[in-house]
Amino acid sequence: MRDSVNKGKPGDLDLEKYKPVSGSHDYIEDLSRVGTNESQRWLNVGIDVSENNRAATFIQKDNSVVYSCAKTEGLEMMSIGDALKKHDWLEGYMWQLLSPDKDQFTSRSNQMPYNGYFIHSAPGAKITRPIQSCLYMAEEGSIQNIHNIIIAEEDSEMHIITGCASAHHGMSGLHLGVSEFYVKKGAVVHFTMIHDWGEKADVRPRTAVHVEEGGVIVSNYISLHPVGSLEMYPKTILDGEGAVARFNSILVATNDSWLDVGSRVLLNEPGTRAEIISRGITAGGTIIARGEMVGKVAGCKGHLECKGLILNEGLMHAIPELKGYVPGVDMSHEAAVGKIDQREIEYLMARGLDEDEAVSTIVRGFLSVNIEGLPPALAAEIDRAVTETQEDMM
Amino acid sequence: MLQIEDLVVKIGDKTILDRINMEIPEGETHILFGPNGSGKTSLMMTIMGFSGYTVAGGRILFKGEDITHMPVHERARMGIGVSFQRPPTIAGLKTKDMVTLCSRGRELDIEELADRVNFTQFLDRDVNHNFSGGEIKRSELLQLMAQQPELVLLDEPESGVDLENIVLLGDIVNMLLERGVKCPRSLTPNPHRKRRTKSALVITHTGHILDYITADRGQVLHNGHLCCVKNAREILKWIREYGYEECVRCEIV
Ligand SMILES: Nc1ncnc2c1ncn2[C@@H]1O[C@H](COP(=O)(O)OP(=O)(O)O)[C@@H](O)[C@H]1O
Ligand SMILES: [Mg+2]
Repeated sequence: MRDSVNKGKPGDLDLEKYKPVSGSHDYIEDLSRVGTNESQRWLNVGIDVSENNRAATFIQKDNSVVYSCAKTEGLEMMSIGDALKKHDWLEGYMWQLLSPDKDQFTSRSNQMPYNGYFIHSAPGAKITRPIQSCLYMAEEGSIQNIHNIIIAEEDSEMHIITGCASAHHGMSGLHLGVSEFYVKKGAVVHFTMIHDWGEKADVRPRTAVHVEEGGVIVSNYISLHPVGSLEMYPKTILDGEGAVARFNSILVATNDSWLDVGSRVLLNEPGTRAEIISRGITAGGTIIARGEMVGKVAGCKGHLECKGLILNEGLMHAIPELKGYVPGVDMSHEAAVGKIDQREIEYLMARGLDEDEAVSTIVRGFLSVNIEGLPPALAAEIDRAVTETQEDMM
Repeated sequence: MLQIEDLVVKIGDKTILDRINMEIPEGETHILFGPNGSGKTSLMMTIMGFSGYTVAGGRILFKGEDITHMPVHERARMGIGVSFQRPPTIAGLKTKDMVTLCSRGRELDIEELADRVNFTQFLDRDVNHNFSGGEIKRSELLQLMAQQPELVLLDEPESGVDLENIVLLGDIVNMLLERGVKCPRSLTPNPHRKRRTKSALVITHTGHILDYITADRGQVLHNGHLCCVKNAREILKWIREYGYEECVRCEIV
């Protein structure tokens, strides 16, 4: 039996084990000339080198920003280094939501920062086409260290796709990412992150989101492929009346993958609403699916839903937590962990599907949480990825 | 079409069906009456091959082939189709995708079929999720229209359906069994067909469905025993007049 506490526990990672990135990569003048190997790895995580229907593109390979281009009115996207040079006010947004002292990873990111993206929408700008950013690791055994800032000014709207991948599945390395998102009054941010790291990669993003009155953050997180160890538990602070947070995650843990993934939302004002939905499948790996909601005022409302399927022996550990401090908070949760219901399999078989077809149909359905706000092409890509993964698992 | 010989079925250690003999010839619709708990659903589930129903004796033949131990999907592919009374919800599987799966690659106008059963607004919902009794029936029949089985097993098609919808439901069943006057274009492979080939076993304990469909024969199941084979309407008259207990006694005498 597997013990969730012992393997890949965050404190256990030894930073000395990884070496700093040795060199740098050249800037890509023409994205269409990127090799098919690389562009395919990027496409798998939602990054389209043809930049079809994209508002902006940012690509960081190891610690080098190799491409950055924003051609859309009301939108800025560049490396955080360039942004800090351009805007002296930006310093005031760094390390406001997260503390460098949080753990050894944030402390490392503070001491040795290497780029990251800055995405900024002007007040009222409605940017409908997705903004894509890719964080890519190519050097064996290295650390990728980044600091990202997203600022959505009042009443603006952005759809961001972040694809994170390593050059090949056998690569080892450590990805550290500090991300601070600011969603101002009435702004809407859809943030979709797709990971495809590899069996030996260790991943420790640290994220915090601040949402003002009437603002909305919708975050979708998808990890379908093997990963050595991954730990992320973004914190969202709903700090203005009527602010909304919705977090969806789709997790698959095959052979020895270790995923400790959750979302935490603080509902600090009346009328704030939060929803956390997670779907996990373990087929030989570990998933710790966390969720926490903290209600501090009357009139806030939240729902947490965590469902896990165990296809192969592994561990599916659901930890939903609700903390209410005053009367008038309205929070609920629903958690279920188990195997596929035989009745569902036989129902489909009675319609002519063989057992394997029935199981994969059920798995696909299970994983297809209705992720809102995705561009149709990306939704189709995710659907395809789910289908492939589900075929691999069987 | 379907032949059941000396069938004994157990759930766990409990005998649910005892030495059942039944024959449904090609093109005939038979009604299976019986009070609650008599074993009607169990018989249907056993014909379809569901787990949990252990065949402890006898055999089931379909189109002359012994299917007693055949996997569920092979029976379906041979041409047996079931309308379940309480089918499970499959989260994330849209009804229209379920219907497509049922058609197994056959060309199909789902919108047209759904329109026939007044179900178009449900196509994008997860199959059976929060469906009412009547909606489940329509969903099941829609799936069967796509599946096109030769032998149709319907478990209490009228239960939970309000009066308004029961006429529609009767029409759909007749359409499915090629006994109706209405038929959607996409379901008419040969308009000059002379002989009806669809067979059916319709389970009912109230018998209301008989007001809407025609049947060739009726049988009564009581306590796991099949105890009467007669004209379906005649049986229904008996049951309505005297109740199941009396009806069963007639057989014993
Ligand atoms: N899963 C089960 N476990 C134990 N007993 C069952 C199960 N399913 C049905 N039964 C029993 O088998 C008998 C027949 O049930 P069923 O076939 O559902 O009857 P009907 O459909 O005629 O109402 C009943 O006594 C019922 O309690
Ligand atoms: Mg029944």
